[in-house]
Amino acid sequence: MTDSGTKTSQGNGAETGDAAGLPAPSRRKILVYAISAPVLTIASGFTLNLAAPASASAQLLGPLPPLALTPPDTVDYYDVGDAIAQTSAPTMPLVKLVIGTDGRIRLELPRMESGQGITTAAAMMVAEELDAPMGMVDVVLADARPELVFNQLTGGSSSVRSLDLGLPLIAATARARLLGAASVQFGTSPSNLTIRAGVVIAPGGQTATFGSLTNAAAALPLPTNILRKAASQYQVIGTRTGRLDARDIVTGKKKFTMDQDVPNAIPTMMRMPSQIRGTIVSVNNLGTVRAMPGVLEVVVIPPGGAITPRQVGVAVMAETFGQAWAAANMLDITWGNGPIRGQTNETIQATLKNSILPFVVPPLGALTVDGEFEMAPASHAPLEVDCAIADVRANRAEIWAGLQSPIITQQAIAADIGLPVSALTVHVVPSGGSFGRRLFWDPVQSAAYISKVTGRICKLMYHRADDVRHGRMRPHQYQKIRATLLAGQVISYQQRAASPRVDTRHGFGEIFTAAFASAPPNVQQSIGNLAVEQSLFKTMVASPYNFGVHSKELLPLALDLNTCSFRSVHIQPARATEEIMVDEIAKRLNRDPVEFRLSYLRLARARAVLQKVAQAGNWGRPMPAGYAQGVAVHQETRAFTATLVEIDAREPLNAKVVKAVIAIDVGRPINPSGIEAQMQGGLSDSISLILNAGLTFKDGLPQESSFANYRFAKMRDFPKDVQIFIMPGTGDPIAGLGEVGFSASSGAIANAYARATGLKPRKFPLNAQPAFEPLAPGKLPDIFFVR
Amino acid sequence: MPNYSFNVNGSAVNVDAPADLALLWVLRDKLGINGPKYGCGTDVCKACTCLINGKAMTTCVTKVSFAAGKNITTIEGLANGDVLHPVQQAWLDRDVPQCGFCQPGQIMAAVDLLKRTKNPSDADIDAIENICRCGTYGRIREAIKAAASNMP
Repeated sequence: MTDSGTKTSQGNGAETGDAAGLPAPSRRKILVYAISAPVLTIASGFTLNLAAPASASAQLLGPLPPLALTPPDTVDYYDVGDAIAQTSAPTMPLVKLVIGTDGRIRLELPRMESGQGITTAAAMMVAEELDAPMGMVDVVLADARPELVFNQLTGGSSSVRSLDLGLPLIAATARARLLGAASVQFGTSPSNLTIRAGVVIAPGGQTATFGSLTNAAAALPLPTNILRKAASQYQVIGTRTGRLDARDIVTGKKKFTMDQDVPNAIPTMMRMPSQIRGTIVSVNNLGTVRAMPGVLEVVVIPPGGAITPRQVGVAVMAETFGQAWAAANMLDITWGNGPIRGQTNETIQATLKNSILPFVVPPLGALTVDGEFEMAPASHAPLEVDCAIADVRANRAEIWAGLQSPIITQQAIAADIGLPVSALTVHVVPSGGSFGRRLFWDPVQSAAYISKVTGRICKLMYHRADDVRHGRMRPHQYQKIRATLLAGQVISYQQRAASPRVDTRHGFGEIFTAAFASAPPNVQQSIGNLAVEQSLFKTMVASPYNFGVHSKELLPLALDLNTCSFRSVHIQPARATEEIMVDEIAKRLNRDPVEFRLSYLRLARARAVLQKVAQAGNWGRPMPAGYAQGVAVHQETRAFTATLVEIDAREPLNAKVVKAVIAIDVGRPINPSGIEAQMQGGLSDSISLILNAGLTFKDGLPQESSFANYRFAKMRDFPKDVQIFIMPGTGDPIAGLGEVGFSASSGAIANAYARATGLKPRKFPLNAQPAFEPLAPGKLPDIFFVR
Repeated sequence: MPNYSFNVNGSAVNVDAPADLALLWVLRDKLGINGPKYGCGTDVCKACTCLINGKAMTTCVTKVSFAAGKNITTIEGLANGDVLHPVQQAWLDRDVPQCGFCQPGQIMAAVDLLKRTKNPSDADIDAIENICRCGTYGRIREAIKAAASNMP
């Protein structure tokens, strides 16, 4: 095969297998297709209606219409997805699409699959343009490819948006060349040929498979003027399609990082300090632990790290993970303090609160509606804990991990272990959830260090307790919000959020922006980090309302926590609270929450999703005492959602969501099944973080260490009645999906809670947190057996 | 080191292992059977659920010694060749998985429930404690109900 996206050759390939796991012919003849030049046009995000009038129905109801002069939001012009899509576009022609002589169509996707369904969506795009059945398409995750620069970052709900700028053209090019080869074979013009179910059919009924044509196609010159299919011709896109890897999942064949078949990889577990970013004073029984059954190595991991600081701790390598865990917990370690020694949720929230300046006095005659909100920190807690395999040798290294930013991982690890970037191979493995956690490469850093000092292959897995306590998290947040009302109108809306800084040292996934965000090295709150974080805030968080003078400010504080973007980054806290405020403003003005929103929403698509849930969810229906409906609307990454929930809050500190109706406008829908799945996930996350799950710091460490006390949703918490409506595409471009489902459901749950209980939702999670005995700091749970 | 013999997915196996090693690590680290997952090690997330003599058990808190002489079924052994178990098929039909990490345990818990109860109630399904961090619970509930009518 050729390794180039811009030229072709044939017959000299050395490709080593495909996604079906079948052994490949040793000198397999295959062809790589890519478009010849970046002739891509960037999908315009600049056509939104910036000052949509209030709905006629709202005006008929009497209240004054909102101000017509509300300035547009940054996000109306440019959002983080635009940034990622635009920076990805120039290297999109380098994305590899391979058709083998076996007829398999293989895409090497430069993104990470973590459940969000992008491999399936990408396969659908390829199948669509090639008129091939989905069953012919394999999608594998590309190794880190530094030449892709910005085009290997999975984040910002941008993957499908980005891929749509290149993948259909790449596949359409492949199609044109296959038809070119068939036209030679059949002696007819390509325009006389059709493709049905992955087979080229000539006018006389002769057929040729893709596999039989691929070598001849590779010898043809690159076609020009390739057009992608018109949306009106779509057969695959927009149809309900099962996950590409579903069969592998239900049969146990899907391989996550710890399932990789790497001979002689040694199970490794760690102990981590008694406080976040704490230190090691001494390890007092190294010899005893080294002599324990099954133990192979004990490694003290000191501070270090190039782009980000390495997790300090003591690692044990053993024959099995069970023995590594048992031995690790036998270590007698004297821990030293970390930078947030003594801090609790209360002290951190007080610092955040005090950092926010008071609002100025409102104009004479104006009313204000004020709210102050506290969000507990949240661990991503993906079901697959932080883990990595590292094989570091004197002159080369190989890494396996779930990575949202593999290029910067490769670059940073190369710097850490003192090898040139080109000496590292970084395999991106599908992960068992991520939610932002795997934007960073913390376990890779530790595993690479351990492998380097021991000369063994390190298969490192965090214990759940340390994944929760020392894994990256969404930090605490405190917000002050003021809406100012004059003559029955909202004339201004001010929102100020303070939070320990969210680490953005992954940059845009490669070394230059990462170095910028981390300059100077190891300074947690660098100017660069601040700039990237502010740009994320400004390019993600948008108000959908005409609230006059609107200001949003983020105050990141230099508190040295292990932080990271969490699904939606700053959006869910900011937008959920805004939706709570909107209900309180409507109440102050004696207006119905739905009618009030409809009159103030700037954009027709936002009004449409709200109207959909209000109608389908029978808004305003009578509810028994202790139950209530709540509603919220949201826009993010060019998608629009609204959620109506019904809550059972007869026990106000044990509220449960019993029904949800969700509408989602994602522009052009690719896979309805995947879209519904992401909405269900957003609902589940909302139930968790609004009602039940949060971390509580004590002396610089979260007390929670398990799903038993960090109470993410279980089956019984998820409503039995969930209806999801996907708005039909009306020509809008593909929007982001993975994060947009979070905020409206969060706001709706909080609003239902308020209406059911009469309590103002202010401190999250809202439900009582059952008391528990915290695991001792710096320890792992003792191993126990029930049988 | 003690030696234990038991059946995994219909095949007899024989392993040397400390008596107090969890069955999960015997399956994963010694036998290379990676379907059962580690998610907590403390009997909370249930991602390691397998069938032991037909009953769902969390292998992270099961000693290998308990498995001696018993029949273990992991997710890899649930299908009959290419014919999926009705629960696996229902999972496919409803497109249940997202990341898929918890699903081997979820499926095993569902198989166990349907063995005990032909027509599980919502309360029966609510009693399943397996954590799914992606939020596939709604589809799991539907899939269990759909599979109920197709159980052998």
